[in-house]
Amino acid sequence: MYTLKTFIAVIAFTVVSAFTSTSTGYKVGDIATDFNLKNIDGKMVSLSNFKEAKGFIVIFTCNTCPYAVAYEDRIEELNKKYASKGYPVVAIMPNNTDVKPGDNMEAMQARAKAKGFTFPYLMDEGQKIYPQYGATKTPHVYVLQKTSKGNQVKYIGAIDDNYQDASAVNTKYVESAVDALLAGKEIKEKETRAIGCSIKV
Amino acid sequence: MKIIGFIFVFLLISCKNDVKSDDKDFAKLETETIQNELEVYDYEGLKKFLNTTSDKTYVINFWATWCAPCVKELPHFEQLNSNYSDKKVEVILVSLDFPNKYDSNLKPFIKEKKLKSKVIALNDTDSNTWIPKINEDWSGAIPATLIFNKNKRQFYEQSFNYNELETEVKQFLK
Repeated sequence: MYTLKTFIAVIAFTVVSAFTSTSTGYKVGDIATDFNLKNIDGKMVSLSNFKEAKGFIVIFTCNTCPYAVAYEDRIEELNKKYASKGYPVVAIMPNNTDVKPGDNMEAMQARAKAKGFTFPYLMDEGQKIYPQYGATKTPHVYVLQKTSKGNQVKYIGAIDDNYQDASAVNTKYVESAVDALLAGKEIKEKETRAIGCSIKV
Repeated sequence: MKIIGFIFVFLLISCKNDVKSDDKDFAKLETETIQNELEVYDYEGLKKFLNTTSDKTYVINFWATWCAPCVKELPHFEQLNSNYSDKKVEVILVSLDFPNKYDSNLKPFIKEKKLKSKVIALNDTDSNTWIPKINEDWSGAIPATLIFNKNKRQFYEQSFNYNELETEVKQFLK
């Protein structure tokens, strides 16, 4: 009896640890959650507000990370290029603002104004959304496509392959992904990695 | 003849140091940094720090001066390096600071904090290629730490306090 109990305990433990040890967050193909987060203009924004959109370029980013800052202009360019084609940028600031006051709502507003952001820049109030997506750093991009099942994750990762110099980029990962979606083609690189600032909890 | 031999060797060395795309900037950087005693590598150059056949255990910490949790945990790595130097443990701090911040931020930081561990800088923009080579599970967030010896290696995408770090390193000294 004792061994059976032990056996069950071991099984239970294995099952639990199997679930807890797998990294959480979305994989390509998963359906991403919608959200209702406050924008820098004070209005609440959900993906479902974008009736005309074919999909989204969701970017977890912030004011205070040098990598995120290096990409600000390129994020704005992405929105300019793709919002009209049905793939608007939706930026979400995931950091705990007690840890990073430089990422608080006032700072986000100031940064967006200074840089002339034309995309929503949302606060992940209570930090409930980024863990569901599985974002670990800023900037961290999720390209979603609207399907009958919901917004399906099509690409996860970096914006391009050179954070230091936009003019020295060889591959624009996000652009390639969205171009492929618009053309109804297979995305070549569905997941990429880049160095970024860990999200501040 | 001697001179020709010398030139030949020199050419060989230059070929070896050749890096793929941003070669000019990088070469310039490299010469500058030799003068200022900061070693800068691309991933190809970094590789030699990521494997060993010796009896030493290496603790490779990926950090940057702009990364607050990295800076916070640095003293623990410094402490480990000093406490375990006689137990064949070496800490190497791999900075991911941007090259244009080496002189303004990184070098003053190293000096000011009197860092005793070896500090090198990694300058390789094609992170999608090298991140998975360092560890398949690394998302790219820092701080991140690699501990290895000739038998074992483990990767940690997390922050450490001293006790946690010591506990992990002890696993390698058994």
